[in-house]
Amino acid sequence: MVHTSRQTPLPYGIGQSRALAAGESVSVPEGKATDLLTNYDPGLYFDELFGGRDCPAEHTALIRQRLAGLNFGDLLRRSQDAERELYNLGITFLVYSNKDAVDRILPFDIIPRVISAKEWAHLEAGITQRVTALNLFLHDIYHDQKILKDGVIPADLVLGNGCFRPQMIGLDVPFDTYIHIMGTDLVRDREGTFRVLEDNGRVPSGVSYVVENRHMMQRVFPDLMQDIGIRPVDNYGHKLLDAMMEIAPQDVADPQVVLLSPGSYNSAYFEHIFLAREMGVPLVEGRDLVVENDRVYMKTTNGLARVDSIYRRIDDAFLDPKAFNPDSMLGVPGIMEAYRKGNVALANAVGTGVADDKAIYCYVPRMIKYYLDQEAIIPNVDTRICREADALQYTLDNLDKLVVKPVGEAGGYGITIGPRASREELADCRAKLLADPSNYISQPVVDLSVCPTVTDDGIDPRHVDLRPFAITGKNTWVLPGGLTRVALKKGTLIVNSSQGGGSKDTWVLQDGAQEGSAS
Amino acid sequence: MNLLARYAECIFWMARYMERAENLARILDVHETFARDTRGMTNWFSIVQLNADEKDFFSRHDRPTAEAVVHYYMFDTQHTNSLVSMLRMARENARVLRPWISTEMWTQINVFHNKLVEMNGKDVALPNLSKVCTWIKEECQTHTGITEGTFYRDQGWYFYQLGKYIERADQTTRLLDIKYHTLLPSPVAVGSTLDMSQWTTVLRSAAGYHAFRRVYPRGMSPTTVAGFMMFNEGFPRSVVMCVRQIDGLLTRLKSRYTLRNGSEAMEKVDELLGALLARPIEVVIQDGLHEYLDGVQGQLCGITNEIGRAFFGQTVVPMTQSQSQ
Repeated sequence: MVHTSRQTPLPYGIGQSRALAAGESVSVPEGKATDLLTNYDPGLYFDELFGGRDCPAEHTALIRQRLAGLNFGDLLRRSQDAERELYNLGITFLVYSNKDAVDRILPFDIIPRVISAKEWAHLEAGITQRVTALNLFLHDIYHDQKILKDGVIPADLVLGNGCFRPQMIGLDVPFDTYIHIMGTDLVRDREGTFRVLEDNGRVPSGVSYVVENRHMMQRVFPDLMQDIGIRPVDNYGHKLLDAMMEIAPQDVADPQVVLLSPGSYNSAYFEHIFLAREMGVPLVEGRDLVVENDRVYMKTTNGLARVDSIYRRIDDAFLDPKAFNPDSMLGVPGIMEAYRKGNVALANAVGTGVADDKAIYCYVPRMIKYYLDQEAIIPNVDTRICREADALQYTLDNLDKLVVKPVGEAGGYGITIGPRASREELADCRAKLLADPSNYISQPVVDLSVCPTVTDDGIDPRHVDLRPFAITGKNTWVLPGGLTRVALKKGTLIVNSSQGGGSKDTWVLQDGAQEGSAS
Repeated sequence: MNLLARYAECIFWMARYMERAENLARILDVHETFARDTRGMTNWFSIVQLNADEKDFFSRHDRPTAEAVVHYYMFDTQHTNSLVSMLRMARENARVLRPWISTEMWTQINVFHNKLVEMNGKDVALPNLSKVCTWIKEECQTHTGITEGTFYRDQGWYFYQLGKYIERADQTTRLLDIKYHTLLPSPVAVGSTLDMSQWTTVLRSAAGYHAFRRVYPRGMSPTTVAGFMMFNEGFPRSVVMCVRQIDGLLTRLKSRYTLRNGSEAMEKVDELLGALLARPIEVVIQDGLHEYLDGVQGQLCGITNEIGRAFFGQTVVPMTQSQSQ
């Protein structure tokens, strides 16, 4: 570095003993032909760093070259440093075993997943389209229900859905936005086509890891990132706060935003902390809030203070014991009435669960066509709804080739992956399907793409998915990046953190970013 | 910005537990030294008495051996007054407060707690006790330093300081009491060489020996040491010094943030400060130091209760409609 301006030297008094030593830095050598990635083989899967067999990933050339030049010991050391730091920083989630609550980090893999500017433009448009359609759908079903009357989606699937909230019928929400924060689970098939696996429109989590993973990479792998041109992710909190202010009651000049958390024993508590801090707003629990005259207040050191806009990380069912589950200790009695009167904003709106249901998911492409007269930019995974007789028959006939999912579960629970299931598991699945077909959907096994990942045996391919996050107040903004979850166990396709998954930093490259050249 | 009542309470208690942990480490360290000087056993029991833990202690131990007492105060997770429990509580508060405190504050408490839990008994054979206590004391001081250097100065800072000084005042009275009341109940020994070396140790445990020497270059008596620790206006762990801080903090907190509540707490602080300044140490000792110290502890409890009522939402005064618009 060249100093262009003279600075006044720091004054020294008693105690100066020696000049400071120059800081050490580790640099990555430029790669040679015989290197860490020589024996890497993604097999038949699409690879996030190398691309497909017919479409090598040009945009990752420089990154691959740098990675190849590392020695494995150095990579392992950096990896351990990163995980140690995550633990010390308390970037953890709580796992309950017996009576103890144990802090666990989400295992972090230091080889990034990279998305080109072109791929991202496609994803961004597709996610925006999907959020728009889902919001139109929610507005419709809580008002005129045209889509049901026109027979595009079976009415009973919506009206009989456990997440449909009659309390929302006829209620207008600001900008007709219901899903303010959406996480869209994407997978990439063998051809490299991104597909939507699932929508998360209730309280999607994981965005804190997107930002913290980036911070971690900046600490342990600055030399890999240098001059790559990665789009930043750290303005998420700012964008979220903007949206929360936008949707606050219009008569409030300077709205008080809060984040409502179930509390410090919730497994996602770190994320709640993270978001409250990034927005600079109080993190409150239900017991901190009180409703008087249909207005929401928080208890402060100076008595009660008005609350206008709430980012709630509590499910509908626990939000208000007066309106929903009467046993909920986490919620705020009376908040639903304050919401109905327009005295407080909630994000996400109540009743969004009906839109991200696994059964409704199958209809989203038709929904997009119906409301926007467009084809879905990002296709779904081919899905069969077992409530339909021929779909059930097909599923039963091809059980060993399909993935069968219960529609109500989250977190990867209750899934049967046909090709990997034992005979007993298949029989069990068949019995459940026959007993309650409408509780299930089936999909072909998607050959999830892989990404080079640090393992005990060296760098090995592991399956990944991607959850980008979109924020919608008046307009939709998609965070350039997302949570890349990685199935750390060899061969497994389930990436959920509750099932042994980890995460990676996700790099979206800037348009015209330096792409380097492979030597 | 408004401060949630629950946060204020967590901040107050996080500060108290960290200060308490530091003081317990000081007391354990000092006892290890006492035990070396004398024949041991009974001295360790005095710590149990000091904290009024007799019943709980004997429900799990037959005799107050050094090992039993040290384990009880260092690693017994069932025992709320053990260091590991204090750190757990400080950490739980810090966990709740993570949106409010600095990342560095949280990280240090988290790592400190995790290291202490990992240590679990094996490193704390009696010969190592002093070393471990020094480490704990230094970790607490690191916490203090990080807090001073990183904690944003708003209402939260005042509640932190209030917690710290109330706890410190309380702990100084206990440290004094352990020597004066429990350690050497026999008046015959007063003034002996052993007695004097123990007073020196009490001063050292509060890092006050050299300051004391500056004030009293020659000689040392129970009266001058007790007076120094109670009433000295420059010694940072003296009770008067702490109560003056509490007084100033409460006044500034209320005026700077125009808080409606807290007048009763301020009255109680004034009352305590008045009582502390009313009588010289000679009179206090003559009337019974132990009873006096007990009384101070009771008044500090009263102040804590009033702060809780005023600010922590134990009674919440609703704003009127016009104020909330």
